[in-house]
Amino acid sequence: MTSLSEPFIGQVPVRVRRFDVATRVVHWANATLFLVLLSSGLVLSFGPLSVLVGRRETVKDVHVWAGLLLPLPVVVGAAGRWGRGLRSDFGRLNRWLADDRRWFRTLGRDRSVRLGKFHPGQKLNAAFTAGAIPVMLLTGSIMRWPRSFDLSWRTGATFVHDWVATVLVFAIVGHIVKAVSDPVALRGMVGGDVDGAWAAHHHPRWHDDMPSD
Amino acid sequence: MDDTGPATPAEAEVVDPGAPVGRRIVLGMLGLGVGGVLVGARLSDALSRLLAPITAADRTGLSDLLPAGGGFRIYTVTGSLPSADEASYRLTVGGLVDRPASLSVADLRAMPATSLTKDFQCVTGWRVHQVPWVGVRLADVLDRAGVQAGGARGTRATAVRFTSFDGSYTESLTMEQARRPDVMVAYSMQGGPISRAHGGPVRLYVAPMYGYKSCKWLSGIEVTDRVQEGYWERRGYDVDAWIGTSNGRDDEPV
Repeated sequence: MTSLSEPFIGQVPVRVRRFDVATRVVHWANATLFLVLLSSGLVLSFGPLSVLVGRRETVKDVHVWAGLLLPLPVVVGAAGRWGRGLRSDFGRLNRWLADDRRWFRTLGRDRSVRLGKFHPGQKLNAAFTAGAIPVMLLTGSIMRWPRSFDLSWRTGATFVHDWVATVLVFAIVGHIVKAVSDPVALRGMVGGDVDGAWAAHHHPRWHDDMPSD
Repeated sequence: MDDTGPATPAEAEVVDPGAPVGRRIVLGMLGLGVGGVLVGARLSDALSRLLAPITAADRTGLSDLLPAGGGFRIYTVTGSLPSADEASYRLTVGGLVDRPASLSVADLRAMPATSLTKDFQCVTGWRVHQVPWVGVRLADVLDRAGVQAGGARGTRATAVRFTSFDGSYTESLTMEQARRPDVMVAYSMQGGPISRAHGGPVRLYVAPMYGYKSCKWLSGIEVTDRVQEGYWERRGYDVDAWIGTSNGRDDEPV
C-alpha cells in the first residue's frame, strides 16, 4: 500500500480534480451562511452573549434572513448544466456502500475497507445536515411567525430548533477539525484538486474508477 | 474499467450502487422534526424538570448553553441592558398615596422580608422551576406609602402601575392583584442579589402571572385609578396574565 510519507522519487505528483467550481462556490456560500446563523443564533439564545450584544431585533433579522437564504446556494448550484458535479456528489453521498457499513462496524479498524469518493463519516454528516436544514427552516418559521400556529407547536418548534442547533454545532465543529487536520482534503475544497496518491490512499474506490488520461 | 475481464467481487460492488441511506436519514429527520414540534412542549418541560437540579448547582453558567438547561432567557425591549448601581438605586412610590417615598435597596432590606420559591413561567413557553425569591411584599410597600382611601372625585385607588429604568417598559396590576401575598418587590433571587440581566437590583415578581408582568429594573410604583396597558399588552398580550388561563395557554398554574 502506498504511504503518504513515502516520497515520490522521480515522479511528478499527479493531481486529480475533486470538486468543480460550482460545488466549491456552493460549499463556501453554505459555510458563510452557517457561520452567520450559528453566531447570531448563539447571541439570541445564550444569555451572557445576548446581554453583551443587545440589539435583539437586528440580530433576529440577520438570523432570519440568513436562514431563509440558506437553501438558495444548494438549489441554484445543483440546478442547470453547472450542477452536474454537485448532483453526482449528492448521489454518492446518498448511497452507502457495503464497505461504508463495514467501516462503521469496525470504526475504521478494518484495513481491507475500500472507500469511494466520500468517507462514511462525511456521508453521515451530509445526511444529517441535509435533514437539519428543512427541519430548522420549518421550526424557525413557526418561531418567526408564531401567530399562525398553535401555542404548543411554538414551544415544540423552539425545543426542536434548539436541540438540532446544538447537534449541528458539534457536527460543524467536527467537520472543521477534520478538514483542518487533513490539509490535502481541505485543498480539495479550496482549489479543487488533490494529490493522486492521497486519493488512492483515502478514497481508492473513487481513485480507481476515475478515467486516467 | 476493463469490460472483458471476469467479474471480480470488487467489480460486483462497483455495480451495486449502495442503499440510499442518506435519503432515509433526511426523511427520518423530517419525521422526527415534525413529531418534535407536536410533542416537544411536553418533552421540553420534562427535560427541564430533569435538568433543574443540575443547572441550579452549576456555578459556571455553562449549562445555560444547553437548550433545555432550564435557565432563564434574557429579554430586553431596549437596545442595551439597563444598569443601575445598587448604592444609588431608588424606587419611587407615588400616585394616590399619602406618603410618597423614594426607597433605597437598604430601605427595602430593612422592611419585613418575604421569601417564595416558585416557578417562573414565560408566555413564550419556557419555565424555570423552583426559583427562590426574597423581597418585600408589594402590599407592605403600598401600606408604607399609605394608599389613599377615598380620594377626590373619580380618583379611587384601584390599580398600581410599574415603570422600569430601561425607559420603556411599563406594567400594571389591579389593587386586588397587587395585594396578593405572592406578589413581591424582589431584591434577591437564587440565593444572591438580582443580577443586571435578571432585572436587578430590584424587580417585581408576580408569581401567578406570566413573566412579562414581573417588571424588571423596577424604578417606579404608582397608585392609579385604573389599570393601564403595559408594554407587551399594547402588543397583544393579555392584561390579566394568569398562568394557565390567559394568552391561550394551558400551563400549570404557579
